Amino acid sequence: MSDKAVLTGTWFMNGDHACCEGALAAGCRFFAGYPITPATEVAERMSRRLPELGGVYIQMEDELASMAAILGASWGGMKAMTSTSGPGFSLMMENIGLGVCTETPCVVCNVQRAGPSTGLPTLVAQGDMMQARWGSHGHYEIIALSPSSPQEMFDFTIRAFNLSEQYRLPVIILADEVVGHMNERVVIPPADEIEVVKRRKPKVPPAEYRPYMPDADGVAPMADCGEGYRIHVTGLTHDERGYPGMNAATQGQMMERLIRKIRANRDSIIRTENVFLDDAEVVVVAYGISARSARHAVQEARTKGIRAGLIKLETVWPFPEELIRSVASRVRALVMPEINAGQMVLELERCAGGACPVRLVAHYGGALIPPASVLDAVQKAWKGKE
Amino acid sequence: MTTRKTSKEPPVHPKDTLLRTERIPHIWCPGCGIGTVFGAVMAAIQKSGCDLDRLAMVSGIGCTGRMAGYIRLDSFHTTHGRAIPFATGLKLARPETKVLVVSGDGDLLAIGGNHFIHAARRNIDLTVLCVNNLNYGMTGGQQAPSTPFGAKTTTTTAGSPEEPFNFCHLAAACGAVYVARWTALHIRLLTNAITEAMQKRGFSFLEVLTPCPSSFGRRNRMGSALDTLKFYHDRSVIKNGIDPKDALLDYDNQIVVGRFVDIERPTFMDNYEALNRTQGAPSPGPEMQKGRRRP
Repeated sequence: MSDKAVLTGTWFMNGDHACCEGALAAGCRFFAGYPITPATEVAERMSRRLPELGGVYIQMEDELASMAAILGASWGGMKAMTSTSGPGFSLMMENIGLGVCTETPCVVCNVQRAGPSTGLPTLVAQGDMMQARWGSHGHYEIIALSPSSPQEMFDFTIRAFNLSEQYRLPVIILADEVVGHMNERVVIPPADEIEVVKRRKPKVPPAEYRPYMPDADGVAPMADCGEGYRIHVTGLTHDERGYPGMNAATQGQMMERLIRKIRANRDSIIRTENVFLDDAEVVVVAYGISARSARHAVQEARTKGIRAGLIKLETVWPFPEELIRSVASRVRALVMPEINAGQMVLELERCAGGACPVRLVAHYGGALIPPASVLDAVQKAWKGKE
Repeated sequence: MTTRKTSKEPPVHPKDTLLRTERIPHIWCPGCGIGTVFGAVMAAIQKSGCDLDRLAMVSGIGCTGRMAGYIRLDSFHTTHGRAIPFATGLKLARPETKVLVVSGDGDLLAIGGNHFIHAARRNIDLTVLCVNNLNYGMTGGQQAPSTPFGAKTTTTTAGSPEEPFNFCHLAAACGAVYVARWTALHIRLLTNAITEAMQKRGFSFLEVLTPCPSSFGRRNRMGSALDTLKFYHDRSVIKNGIDPKDALLDYDNQIVVGRFVDIERPTFMDNYEALNRTQGAPSPGPEMQKGRRRP
């Protein structure tokens, strides 16, 4: 069985399929979903692969149900995932909030397409970046990763599962139509070379167990359903026992825990790939598919004698605040390409704090940002032109 | 009742082992029928003798949804309307656990209606208990999909212009293997029915009519909770085995109660495993055909 779970080898595979293989390699054995372009291929492959591994695939009646089902499966002790695109992601928001509040490990892959509403179902966009951050009501912290290739779909999905198990929350993969549908080389390593994290289990007997009493790292050990702990799990504001407490004090303690476990661990959560950053004076900050245009533009700029660099965001949430702050203080400008009318650039501007100009290369969706557009912005920034 | 004065321990109620006693008192209003149903649920669990570590309760939002917070089992109080899909994931991931879904009529059949019909169609192995108090109690008494035509609620002050669902008919039509309706008056029959439903493999559905004196009762001149129970007593007619489409809730004449459906049908997991054993290309033998037929 285990040999079938990790398809070690070199493959020519699309991003949606690579996402499935990453999930399976990470130990995912439950998938609930609903067909939607351009994420359908994730569900299709999961429906074929999971039965081979003794796992469960179920196509639910909608995305509300899909998200609820993966939370239930996670409490049942299985690593669980769903995949979707914009309209379905909107429907999942309610239960993503339940996952955050009840600290339920699971993974949501959003293969983004252009919106708003039905938008361009078959064409690329990066318009759900802020929705991933703030889409469910209330204030909370979230983790989101942004792959820019099928290989990263594989690698980041494994990491998404590991982060979700370690920090006990839904982790979002913010892919996009192009990454999902493009076929590229995907190298799947041997199973024993893949790091797989499992949720920490309680070490105390049931009578002493407090389901939401965090360890030193801010994360509470998790007892699953059926392990004899008789847990109570609620989306109401709850105390360390998991019991509702309808008052500001309990709200304060719960919020503190939900926020601190991410903020206090952000150095181990946040990952960026930094290219030519040491001497860079114009730095492009990019993520997902747009990071590929950005990389090309930066290389091109270097051949023209422009000291350009790239920060590729692997985790988009939490945002690498400290890194951006320190870079902003020593460069001529920051440039961000993104396939929306300016979302992550708001975060970039906030972190730059006026220390340098920030240029947005925006695209409304339906096509990629050509490297030339990024290069043009880099050249203007280099010359100090507005 | 006498208390033994020699014992320093407080007396233990037989149901205390199933209660999160530290969470009592509960939030339900005086006269509310949910407590009665909760008592029946606990009695049924004790009667069934099932392993309490292999039993979970999942609820949605609303007055009945709070039941999950009081029972000392693995218990999940989820989002409004989503108890069934949450329970679906839980059951499929941990098949050895019996999963009991308890929620109100609004939660299960208005906001959760789509999940209800699909779980019944798939025959997910769940026991679904719907406490029907004819309105939204938690938010102060608004119109629900169960509110009788003409009944007054805070959002239908001139009377509800809609016909309510017949939940039992809906459940049966969607493929539930066990369908019954009782009232908070029929405690013993209800307890037996919960035990039966828990022993069924597949999607079993129980509707329980309960008094809501604080909201529905007050606005519809139903009198006290006791008056509502008297009303159930006078109007209830037990019609076991009748077609649930004929099991009407006609409050002016009859409240039809009883066990309406009790059939066998392969569950989602039975079919999933059978089909995947044959690698997705089964020849539809007699057993498969039986599995697909509507009850």
